[in-house]
Amino acid sequence: MLHHHTMQSHPLVYLDNAATTFKPQCVIDAVVRYYTDQTANVHRGDYEISYQVSEAYEKTREDVARFIHAQPKEIVFTAGASASLNLVAYGYGRKYLKAGDVILSTEAEHASNILPWFKVAEETGAKIEYIPLTEDGQLTLDNFRQAMHENVKIVAVADITNVLGYIAPIEEMTRIAHESGAIVVCDGAQSVPHTPTDVQAWGVDFLAFSAHKMCGPTGIGVLYGKYELLQKTDPFMLGGGSNARFDMCGNILLKDAPYKFEAGTPNIEGVLGLQQAVRYLESIGMEQIQAYEHELKAYAIEKLKKLDHLILYNPTSPTGIIAFNVKDVFAQDAAGYLNSQGIAVRSGNHCAKILLNVLKTSETIRASLYFYNTKEDVDRFVQACSEITLENCVGLFF
Amino acid sequence: MSSMLDDPMILRQIIMDHYQYPHNHQLTEEAGYHQVHMASESCIDDITVQSKINPNGSIEDVRFDGVACTISTSSTSIMTELLKGKSIAEAKAIIADYFAMIEEQNYDPELLQEAIAFKNVSKQANRIKCATIGWKAMQEMIEEWEKNQ
Repeated sequence: MLHHHTMQSHPLVYLDNAATTFKPQCVIDAVVRYYTDQTANVHRGDYEISYQVSEAYEKTREDVARFIHAQPKEIVFTAGASASLNLVAYGYGRKYLKAGDVILSTEAEHASNILPWFKVAEETGAKIEYIPLTEDGQLTLDNFRQAMHENVKIVAVADITNVLGYIAPIEEMTRIAHESGAIVVCDGAQSVPHTPTDVQAWGVDFLAFSAHKMCGPTGIGVLYGKYELLQKTDPFMLGGGSNARFDMCGNILLKDAPYKFEAGTPNIEGVLGLQQAVRYLESIGMEQIQAYEHELKAYAIEKLKKLDHLILYNPTSPTGIIAFNVKDVFAQDAAGYLNSQGIAVRSGNHCAKILLNVLKTSETIRASLYFYNTKEDVDRFVQACSEITLENCVGLFF
Repeated sequence: MSSMLDDPMILRQIIMDHYQYPHNHQLTEEAGYHQVHMASESCIDDITVQSKINPNGSIEDVRFDGVACTISTSSTSIMTELLKGKSIAEAKAIIADYFAMIEEQNYDPELLQEAIAFKNVSKQANRIKCATIGWKAMQEMIEEWEKNQ
């Protein structure tokens, strides 16, 4: 997927997979094929190509459902994980939360799974509380148990965090949350692309993820919800395709989930691209992907540990995210040097709160791996890291 | 002066010095200052620039503080040194000249002095924001001052 790309005159080493991923040809072909051979709207035409596109669109719901062990009617197509999480916050949270209720989250959450809850809390009078993290930024079952109480109505957590890449004990957390009547809203943006997902085993009530982080197109994502919860959730938007009937008095009869959430002409090419992405990942195997990324990360950490001028923040997290800094070099300067060597990483205060409280630094560099990265990529990354000095970073400009 | 400033090693050293030992790097609570907080342009840099402009249009003081990369910190530090003591008209000419250099247009190196260390910043196009963040803050304060006259 990456072979013909160069950056700053070097072959590209792409290590920003937590941000977005490259696309296999089958995904690109599916998107192009929709526009070249299949253009028709879904769910309405009385003609053959519309029927075929509608079939492929609905087949994707089945493929996605199989991929995460859900039922097709529990799969809602959205614009991405952020849209999915906003749909839960506004369509469910705002409708059912009352003053005094608690939304329980962590300081490691991505903005998309916390900012909508801030807004919903403000509107409903609910409160946000945080599960304390361990010193190295992990979410433990003990801490979760202590943070749970009877006023907690919603637990909003990422299965895998985007900064440090630790995996939450989501299955046990869900059991504990359900015991006291809370529901669990899981941000799967960093986990669904990298690890096997089983919403039935996990028991989560909602799960959000984006296609573009798993080899699919941008602008398309999924909200999984238990069917009875989806039925209780209000749509974010109303329009064509979401209603069964309406009259001039303003009476609306909405369709059942998932269709009531998909008003307007949907992102059809995105859905068809997502279908190919899901099949592509299945053909490799999610267990294999997880094991490979874990191995590649361990390989990278082994080498990075030998560089005394690096600070590694999450050497033991079992996924492909490496958070680090170079001593006495600002994260963006170090990322700039890596860029000059053809290596794409992300610098930033990915989530200021955790970084300040847990990591004691306001910004880090994040390198994030995917299954198509190789040990050669890691070697070039490590080599470039070994060269990062203030002089070399400033030297780029001369 | 200008031949010395052609030496890339010296230019690099200027940036490093202003990063490690930034000038005018402390905010003040004193009356008469305006300030602009620049934090929304990129996801890391977070700096505040303050200036005191006299009623006669002379820039009495420029200072800054914040968390930022080498390029943001050093370019802002150099800006504070260059513009302190200048008239509004002189400062506007220097700022315009600096932006012309950054955008690879014709410029007068004599006006910019140490700031010509950033003449190649467009080679790393994603860093242009860093090299201009403090300058834009100062430009905003000058425009604000002019509006209030």
